[in-house]
Amino acid sequence: MCAQSEENMKLIIATIKPFKLEEVRIALTESGVTGMMVTEIKGYGTQSGHTEIYRGAEYAVNFVPKIRLDIVVSDAEADGVVSTIENTAKTGKIGDGKIFVLDVDQAVRVRTGETGDDAV
Amino acid sequence: MKLKTLIPAFGAYMIASTVQAQETAIAVPTDSVFILNSLLFLIGGFLVFWMAAGFSMLEAGLVRSKNVTMQLTKNMGLFGFACFAYYLVGYNLMYPLGTWATEGVISGIWGPAVLEAVGVDAAGADDYSYASTGSDFFFQLMFCAATASIVSGALAERIKLWPFLVFTVILTGLIYPLQASWKWGGGFLDAMGFLDFAGSTVVHSVGGWAALAGALILGPRIGKYTKEGKTVPFMASNLPLATLGTFILWMGWFGFNGGSQLAMGSIGDVADISRIFANTNAAAAAGSIAALILTQLLYKKPDLTMVLNGALAGLVAITAEPLTPTLGSASIIGAIGGVIVVFGVPLLDKLKIDDVVGAIPVHLFAGIWGTIAVVFTNSDASLSTQLYSIIVVGLFTFIASAILWYILKSVSGIRVSEEDEITGLDISELGMPAYDIVK
Repeated sequence: MCAQSEENMKLIIATIKPFKLEEVRIALTESGVTGMMVTEIKGYGTQSGHTEIYRGAEYAVNFVPKIRLDIVVSDAEADGVVSTIENTAKTGKIGDGKIFVLDVDQAVRVRTGETGDDAV
Repeated sequence: MKLKTLIPAFGAYMIASTVQAQETAIAVPTDSVFILNSLLFLIGGFLVFWMAAGFSMLEAGLVRSKNVTMQLTKNMGLFGFACFAYYLVGYNLMYPLGTWATEGVISGIWGPAVLEAVGVDAAGADDYSYASTGSDFFFQLMFCAATASIVSGALAERIKLWPFLVFTVILTGLIYPLQASWKWGGGFLDAMGFLDFAGSTVVHSVGGWAALAGALILGPRIGKYTKEGKTVPFMASNLPLATLGTFILWMGWFGFNGGSQLAMGSIGDVADISRIFANTNAAAAAGSIAALILTQLLYKKPDLTMVLNGALAGLVAITAEPLTPTLGSASIIGAIGGVIVVFGVPLLDKLKIDDVVGAIPVHLFAGIWGTIAVVFTNSDASLSTQLYSIIVVGLFTFIASAILWYILKSVSGIRVSEEDEITGLDISELGMPAYDIVK
């Protein structure tokens, strides 16, 4: 068992508009973030769904496509990452997404066995 | 300057001399007239053959991905069976050549088509003054098969394969040839002066009526209409295929309408065929634009599936008379076809008639419109005769089809089980998904 590292880490989960992904990725990379997990998701929040028409029949699109980012960083970096995402993903229109910050107990780099901050 | 004046003069000389040659040709049959007429049938025939590919791709694209293999199987199957049904009885039933069992109504010749002998000369040809029998048979067969293709799309995603194919055999062997003989075989509708150049009624409406009878008796797909009467859209699985299919049909239509000039051995015929090509194209273009603009206005976004249907409706509409309209009036006839489709598709849904690919609005509604529209550009047409023929052919085809569908329903059932329908026919009936990625 490796010892729990002293540094704490945060998991930042962000849902953003798909067209903002590239801009957010570039901004985060420039701010020193070295990795992220990206998933194509569907969901709804305040934006809710909308209606479309197919061959004359109206239907509801309940789930809106979004991109989910999962980023783990040290505590010290977390605020910066959150504000970078917030500033870059923002369009000011409904459906810009949400950012969640969670505590992370441990991280391990599989190749080297490094733990904690060193692993992320 | 000299060259400029010389060329028209030279051109006029050429035309004059060819017309002279042609006048002799009409008086005395020649090899070249026989060859050119036969060639028209062969070229037209393989273009119309290719429409089978168009229907297949259109339908494969518009059904849901769980039913694509079945739709393709039906299209291959119907074409094969149509070929045999038309060969064994349809061709002679459609062209009695004056030998009627009942004058103008039912052919007296019931039997397989027979081709010309091998390597005939002018004296040995069946009709040296016209064209080879094989080319005529081949051309007409393709029209018959197209009629059956219309039905498969409307009834997609829930009809059993074999009852559908049995229906196809009767449609292409008996129903289609019998009513076609009334017009194209020189029967009673032809004698009345009914005009249907390439078959807005004889081919397209007939396919549409058969499809309508089937759709009514078969019922809508599970979940298509809610208890509150709302229509639930079932999304097309592959719009690139549907678009390719539409362009293939559009291309095939040049053979369909152009070949229906039925002769290419004179300047007049070739000029007419050229008019027909251009008018057919204009009607399709106008039909697609009409649907594009109308869906933009009605729904705020253009609906590609409607644009595809609109192009086809334009083609169906011009099919009854592709020769006499000007490019302008051909465009108007086609555009109205496109408008009919945009309103026809939701109308059928309102009536809870589930037509998967829009075959009924495209082939039946636009076919009726095109048959009526003949009176606007061809002074030989009479509105009452056109309407009478639409009704006679419609009643006959609808009733004959409905009886046949009911017989099939009581004998074997025509619909797959609820579970099979929800699973998708590809897996449940065939065990073969069309796309490896389908889950």
